[in-house]
Amino acid sequence: MMSDESLLALVLALPFAGSLVVGFLPSNRHNLEAWLAGAIALAGLAIALALYPAVADGKAIRVAVEWLPTLGLDFTLRMDGFAWLFTVLVTGIGLLVVLYARYYMSPDDPVARFFAFLLGFMGAMLGIVLSGNLIQLVFFWELTSLSSFLLIGYWHHTAKARDGARMALTVTASGGLCLFVGVVIVGHIVGSYDLDRVLESGAAIRSHALYVPALVLILLGALTKSAQFPFHFWLPQAMAAPTPVSAYLHSATMVKAGVFLMVRLWPALGYTEAWFWIVGTAGLCTFVLGAYLAMFQQDLKGLLAYSTISHLGLITLLIGLDSPTGIVAAIFHMMNHATFKASLFMAAGIIDHETGTRDIRRLSGLLRLMPVTAGLAILAAASMAGVPLLNGFLSKEMFFAEAVAHHSSSAFDRVLPYLAALAAMFSVTYSLRFIHGAFFGPPPADLPRQPPPLPSWMAAPVALLVSACVLVGMFPAVTAGPFLDSAARGVLGAHIPTYSLAVWHGFNVPLLMSVVAMAGGALLYLALQRYLSSGIEGSPLLRRLDSQRIFDRIMIALTLRAGRIGLETAGTRRLQPQLRLILGVACAAALWPLLQLGMAAGPLAPSALDPALTLVWVVGAACAIAAAYQAKYHRFAALILTGGAGLVVCVTFAWLSAPDLALTQLLVEIVTTVLLLLGLRWLPKREEMVEADRHRTPRVLLRRAADLAIATVVGIGVAAIAYAVMTRPAPDSRASFFVERAYTEGGGTNVVNVILVDFRGFDTLGEIAVLGVVALTVYALLRRFRPAPDSIVSPEQQVRQNARAAAAGPRQPADALADSLLVPALVMRLLFPVIGMVAVYLFLRGHDLPGGGFVAGLTMSVAFILQYMAGGTRWVEARLIILPVRWIGVGLLLAALTGLGAWAFGYPFLTSHASHPTLPVVGKVPLASAILFDLGVFVLVVGATVLILIALAHQSIRTHRPTKPEPAPDHA
Amino acid sequence: MSATILAWSLVLAQMMLAAAMACAAIRLVRGPRAQDRILGLDTLYVNAMLLLLTFGIRTGSTLYFEMALAIALLGFVATVALSKFLMRGEVIE
Repeated sequence: MMSDESLLALVLALPFAGSLVVGFLPSNRHNLEAWLAGAIALAGLAIALALYPAVADGKAIRVAVEWLPTLGLDFTLRMDGFAWLFTVLVTGIGLLVVLYARYYMSPDDPVARFFAFLLGFMGAMLGIVLSGNLIQLVFFWELTSLSSFLLIGYWHHTAKARDGARMALTVTASGGLCLFVGVVIVGHIVGSYDLDRVLESGAAIRSHALYVPALVLILLGALTKSAQFPFHFWLPQAMAAPTPVSAYLHSATMVKAGVFLMVRLWPALGYTEAWFWIVGTAGLCTFVLGAYLAMFQQDLKGLLAYSTISHLGLITLLIGLDSPTGIVAAIFHMMNHATFKASLFMAAGIIDHETGTRDIRRLSGLLRLMPVTAGLAILAAASMAGVPLLNGFLSKEMFFAEAVAHHSSSAFDRVLPYLAALAAMFSVTYSLRFIHGAFFGPPPADLPRQPPPLPSWMAAPVALLVSACVLVGMFPAVTAGPFLDSAARGVLGAHIPTYSLAVWHGFNVPLLMSVVAMAGGALLYLALQRYLSSGIEGSPLLRRLDSQRIFDRIMIALTLRAGRIGLETAGTRRLQPQLRLILGVACAAALWPLLQLGMAAGPLAPSALDPALTLVWVVGAACAIAAAYQAKYHRFAALILTGGAGLVVCVTFAWLSAPDLALTQLLVEIVTTVLLLLGLRWLPKREEMVEADRHRTPRVLLRRAADLAIATVVGIGVAAIAYAVMTRPAPDSRASFFVERAYTEGGGTNVVNVILVDFRGFDTLGEIAVLGVVALTVYALLRRFRPAPDSIVSPEQQVRQNARAAAAGPRQPADALADSLLVPALVMRLLFPVIGMVAVYLFLRGHDLPGGGFVAGLTMSVAFILQYMAGGTRWVEARLIILPVRWIGVGLLLAALTGLGAWAFGYPFLTSHASHPTLPVVGKVPLASAILFDLGVFVLVVGATVLILIALAHQSIRTHRPTKPEPAPDHA
Repeated sequence: MSATILAWSLVLAQMMLAAAMACAAIRLVRGPRAQDRILGLDTLYVNAMLLLLTFGIRTGSTLYFEMALAIALLGFVATVALSKFLMRGEVIE
């Protein structure tokens, strides 16, 4: 038997594990996936039910695992009565939705994805409900936003689904960000993110100066999630989702997360004016507005969407009234709304599934065609309207009582009962519309298709939910009483207000309000008949105030227009202004402290000047300056000159005893030269002379002088900084730590390499991942590369040589290629194994002496490049199969697996093991597990470098494919 | 005595190699043709390799010989790439 704690962890872990498994199943195994998802939901439900005794009387189960102890963060699960109630709703309705979706989804839909997302969503929702830590709660909160995005956009081939999903994500995820900031502020006030600590510190939070900002931010999160006015517009758009998703997201889960959070944090944040005004006003507006808009919807799901908004407004209003009885009523209405709204969504889905439309204008008289569905839907809609003996009636009565009883003397309080009755009247009207529009009236005339017989199990979830509505409605104290009580205890603690769960309370004001709402709603429905049958889309008065359009406008203004304006005012496509800007800012940033503090050389005396090195440096400087001078009009010369400067840097590294750097620099220099040459081929031909430059107008001269000045200042500035740094003793940094431990703990004497593959292995892993990504990006971009028009044709030299070859006899262009560089090409071919061996040598000794995976990888890729240069792409690829993309993948996997291997021995990720075993012939060899990691680096570097070079090289065979031979001139 | 001779000859060799590099650099910078520049760069590589060998002799470390080996083995790649570009208009066909 498992303990309660491990069962609790299992509830959360199961859906995520199931999501992973289902996601990898083949997409056409409908039954298997539905069974698996259903089994997981059922298991969650069973575990939750089994845990009830542990949370029944206001107790809570807690599981805490250390997560980031240095930040005081634990991964905490916490289940009290309230969380238990939600766990049952999430898993129970989840189970029914899975069953329903099994029959709803078409055989063509890839359901593996659907059930995987659905389970992921279920897990995220359970995560919110069971979090005992606010940061963790926000994490799962954003996870629900993300997975609901995937679910709403499931039919991503329709534009509506994509738009709806994007809008839902934008609104709820931005709300989530606000919530995150709010939670951080609360954590700052309380000194802990632990939910129990936060709930205990209500008084401290409310009296803190940052209370209002924190409250506003947290409420922004909750109100966006629960689709409260003015953020309600995303919910109707989300109706583009498959109906099972709507039934799940908009009854028991997603939108309930907002009201769940408000109830959860009410003990800590409530009891204040600010709470009352923000939450109460938002709730009241949403309640009335949602009900009003719902009356005029022509789409069944649209009607249900607005009624969901309205009912959530009701719950929010109850929470905003800031009294314990209000909270109890809110919790009760959450339960009731979840049951009747889920069943209504499912009924709407059945109608859509059977008849092919959800438009009330086209539907009518379905009672005769689908009596079971009709009966169930009528009961559920009656519950939504608040008809007695159904559960909706009970919570609505509690709400009316609360609306009447609450008496301060503000205007808000005085109008509240009237507005509540008005909105209730609206809700009666839209419920009537749902029932009457779909099920009564003459037989339907223009249905897209005639209803086939209903799969018998499809109505079963609806029947279960509706029977729950009826049972709770008739025997509330027995069926819902204990659970409501434990949930209320979870929120309010021991001090539960007195409330009565009875069907009959005698003649009182709430009952009068109910009667008025019923009668008024029916009359209003009759009065609206003419307007509704005219078939106009949308409501009178508010049709023009379309918040979705406003949202779209804002999004366009924020993304497109702002971007364009920014580009027009501050952007440029020319390189010179950009460089001027960057260097100017860098200069200013460096000059600022210089002017403040002044500049002085450090205490260290400069070392003696070596005449040879000085001369070498003069050579380097001359090359660098000449390269800059030639860069604009003589690219090739500039490239050669850069090579000279690079070589001098390399010699300098060697001279100043950094052989590692020198070796790397040399190889990078060579590979870069080849890379730039490959790119040079595709640059547009140079313009002879820019027109403005030929005339040395004062403006041109002035611009050049300014550029020269900037270049000089930046150059001298960098030199001065380098001088200032090098004349000071090196600060006591980590360097000595690494040098001391390289051999004892890393098992190598090459400190640089030991740092790279061992001490800072995690950084290196990140770096090689980036390298791989960059290589793949270059490859992907070059697949669509379109060269400048004037560089598409073969280079002049080739054309001339091919022509000469053709003139000299029966020779092909390929012969001209083979003949050029004939002797060097042979040498280059023969060098392949030699360079390969050097690469292996550099790799193997890398742990102790200069070398290592990176340098060896570059060496190896030079060997490949040489083959390409010697024989041409076709020649090499006919003989040598190189799959650089696979090399990249293998390298990354190897490095990551080596890191994971440490786990197998119980060490943290990437812990290296070093030993020096003695082999029979070779003798004592250094052997560290880091060498495997280094092998990963080696393989990845080869793959990435070769991939980039080959992608560039392939351009030439791609663009000028061998043209068809011209038909021989007819000599006859 | 022989140590002194070695030390002086090393200084002299380094000076002369640096001077050779300077000569190559003049061709590299002045051109006038691209071929001159490529040859200049190649000469620069050879001289740098020899300079590293003298370092090796001066410090007694074998690491410099390996560096020199690396330049000898791979330094020509840049030259070949540049010449190929001049001859055929592209490096890899």
